[in-house]
Amino acid sequence: MDLGLNEQQELLKNSAREFLENECPETHVREMEEDEKGYSPVLWQKMAEQGWHGLLVPEQYGGAGFDFVDQMVLVEELGRALVPGPYMSSVFGGAVPILEAGSDAQKQEFLPKIAAGELIFTLALTEPSARFDESGIQAKATVSGNDVTINGTKLFVPDAHVADYLIVAARTAKGVTLAIVPTKQDGVKTTVLQTIARDKQCEVVLNGAKGQLLGADGAGWAALAPVIQKYTVAECAYLVGLAQMDFEIAVDYAKERVQFGRPIGSFQAIQHKCADMVTDVDGSRFIMYKAAWSISAGQPAAETSIAVNMAKAWCSEATRRVVAHGQQIHGGIGFTKDYKIQLFYRRQKRAELAFGDADFHRELVAQQLGL
Amino acid sequence: MDWSDSPEQANFRQEVRAFIQAKLPDPYKPKAGEATGEGEGFAGGWQADRKSTDPKRVATASQWATALADKGWIAPAWPKEYGGAGLSTVEQFIYNQEMAEAAAPSVGGMGVSMLGPTLIVHGSEEQKKEHLSRILSGEVAWAQGYSEPGAGSDLASLQTRAVRDGDEFVINGQKIWTSGAHFADWLFALVRTDPQAPKHRGISFMIMDIKTPGLSVRPLINMGWEHGFNETFFEDVRVPAKNLIGEENRGWYVGMTLLDFERSGIAGAVSYRRGMGEMKEFLGGKGKSFQRQDWNTTRLELADRAIETEVLFNFAFRIVSIQNRGLVPNYEASVNKTFGSELHQRLSRTQSKAWGLYANVWDRTSKYAPMGAAHIHDYVGSVPHSIFSGSNEIQRNVIATRGLGLPRG
Ligand SMILES: Cc1cc2nc3c(=O)[nH]c(=O)nc-3n(C[C@H](O)[C@H](O)[C@H](O)COP(=O)(O)OP(=O)(O)OC[C@H]3O[C@@H](n4cnc5c(N)ncnc54)[C@H](O)[C@@H]3O)c2cc1C
Ligand SMILES: Cc1cc2nc3c(=O)[nH]c(=O)nc-3n(C[C@H](O)[C@H](O)[C@H](O)COP(=O)(O)OP(=O)(O)OC[C@H]3O[C@@H](n4cnc5c(N)ncnc54)[C@H](O)[C@@H]3O)c2cc1C
Repeated sequence: MDLGLNEQQELLKNSAREFLENECPETHVREMEEDEKGYSPVLWQKMAEQGWHGLLVPEQYGGAGFDFVDQMVLVEELGRALVPGPYMSSVFGGAVPILEAGSDAQKQEFLPKIAAGELIFTLALTEPSARFDESGIQAKATVSGNDVTINGTKLFVPDAHVADYLIVAARTAKGVTLAIVPTKQDGVKTTVLQTIARDKQCEVVLNGAKGQLLGADGAGWAALAPVIQKYTVAECAYLVGLAQMDFEIAVDYAKERVQFGRPIGSFQAIQHKCADMVTDVDGSRFIMYKAAWSISAGQPAAETSIAVNMAKAWCSEATRRVVAHGQQIHGGIGFTKDYKIQLFYRRQKRAELAFGDADFHRELVAQQLGL
Repeated sequence: MDWSDSPEQANFRQEVRAFIQAKLPDPYKPKAGEATGEGEGFAGGWQADRKSTDPKRVATASQWATALADKGWIAPAWPKEYGGAGLSTVEQFIYNQEMAEAAAPSVGGMGVSMLGPTLIVHGSEEQKKEHLSRILSGEVAWAQGYSEPGAGSDLASLQTRAVRDGDEFVINGQKIWTSGAHFADWLFALVRTDPQAPKHRGISFMIMDIKTPGLSVRPLINMGWEHGFNETFFEDVRVPAKNLIGEENRGWYVGMTLLDFERSGIAGAVSYRRGMGEMKEFLGGKGKSFQRQDWNTTRLELADRAIETEVLFNFAFRIVSIQNRGLVPNYEASVNKTFGSELHQRLSRTQSKAWGLYANVWDRTSKYAPMGAAHIHDYVGSVPHSIFSGSNEIQRNVIATRGLGLPRG
């Protein structure tokens, strides 16, 4: 029974924070909002040198072999710094599915390169139906031996425009099937959408796109379950870091901004908002770590499943309350593009929606509680 | 990070469970498909049972008190040398969690939770000797006389006056909201001994037999039509000077003392979770006919309450992990108090809403009362939870100023 970080996690957290304060300042986040790629290959490489891309990857495949809770400690820091780029895509949408479903040859081929930052992956899951369940997968695939050919449209695929490979979920006669699909081929057309977070989510049209089978034909949805769980918890961790920083900025602002001859942070209306913010941020942190711990400690499947749904249901709404208070506390200046607080507000929405918002997860919680 | 028990913790948990299994009297055991009720309410629990007119309730209360006393578990937090169990904060946490799981009433009331710890730190040897053992034996129940009509949140503005007269103090004034004073044998109170001093420095901590001449307890009926708290009047009440605890005029600080208590509020989280389980069981069985037509909205609200209960569990776990690392919680205990009490209110609203029109029924014995009208009673009973033990506004002030370092208003 202990809800604190261990020494290794403290070390990871502190070194990540220091690194990102230097390498990923607000100016960088803003630059990347206007950048075509949306990330800096230089920073990408430096992050790889920190060992971050392969944190979860076992040492035999060129990674650091940390566990999932450690990984969440790092993602919290990425959220805090609003690190732009395909980190989440490549780790949770690439390394994790390959770890879950890949053959040993695939692991040998791809994992060391993901860990080294040489390859970028992303998960092509959702479609124009915008559903997160199995029936949302309507893209068609045919399988011949190890080769897969895919037709269909994937939507809201993060970072597909810079990815080297997609992991595509498509439907064969046997059911949902996964494939590793290189992006540099005629059958793959990527269009970047303009989004509230100014991240890079794409429409990906697959027109006879060729790839290789990942896992067995028809075994894709089962293979995706743990991937979606981990990715969902990672989005929660990102939200926790983002909300923590938003809250800290707001509290600092409230201490400095003077109106009526005193800091606005001395007014109870502001104080009570700050008290509610810390409650929501802390609540988010622990429910996220509970789910992460459940995964990494191998708790019974039913317990892990509901822990993940509870975490995303809570984090989605609690962090939205936090960033809304963050805006209100800033008054007029918070509404300007130049001031930093809005960067958090816009990005919160992306992660709130990713892998289902609170309405989606609350329904799953109700079902699992037998309500 | 680890939500599971260490082997020692698991052993201790097993010990507590086995004890409850063997010793908790049947009338205190939850019944399948029924609501366990609020149990620890200000008007109910052990205090009420031991002074009940029903001999069965008196016998049950004493049977349970004896079982706990034999095990040395009446006062889990007190040091062993004073007859406590000397449990570590983690053990207290497990003890409280398991007692709450079993809906077992705690014994000893404010004597165990408040007066005892204060005496242990500030009492003279004679005072400890006289009072601690009588708390542990369940012989004496205590009430708390702090609040006054003009001194609620701003407690230090209290006016009840104590004037020294030889080896006695003469007390005049009024206390209010004195919970359980009608069941209590003794009262501990804060009184003003120096009206000239700054308000926190003219207060003394005093104890007195509740039957002292001039002291009268008059019922206040709460909005649930129950007699839980009282007004307490003092007219020339003569209290021996040896009943002063700690130094004269240092009573404010004496009153703020507590032992190394587990302060996670775990019992609340446990009872909310159990309550939702009981409700589900009832709906799946004999309560099916009560389920409202448009159930889906309520169903999703209940899911939210379950998620919030999980958050409260984590807040409770956080407090005990902080304590277990030898640190003292700062704003975190105030977070638990506000979040827990507001969740309690939301939960009772959601649960009573589930019954539609049947939520009108207050009579617990009516055939039209789903689960003995437990939820609508809780809807009323949870109202003061955001008021007492430091109102939620005060708690938020504490979080903001002490926790976040915002300037005081
Ligand atoms: C989109 C937009 C358009 C605008 N257009 C115009 C315009 O055309 N012309 C013009 O003159 N102005 C305009 N304004 C300015 C607007 O009137 C101010 O933003 C507003 O008065 C708040 O002042 P502030 O932004 O300095 O925030 P602050 O006064 O610094 O307030 C910051 C926070 O502290 C809180 N706060 C402040 N005082 C107290 C208190 N006593 N008690 C409790 N809380 C307190 C506020 O409620 C807020 O949450 C505009 C603002 C916006 C956002
Ligand atoms: C069921 C119940 C049992 C109780 N049992 C006992 C007992 O056994 N012994 C005992 O001594 N007392 C007891 N109390 C009293 C309890 O401690 C007080 O009710 C509490 O301290 C609040 O004081 P008050 O009721 O006078 O409200 P007030 O202090 O008058 O508060 C009224 C409202 O104003 C708000 N407020 C006050 N000050 C501030 C501030 N600085 N900033 C913002 N808002 C503020 C409060 O939060 C509240 O919402 C009990 C109360 C209840 C309801």
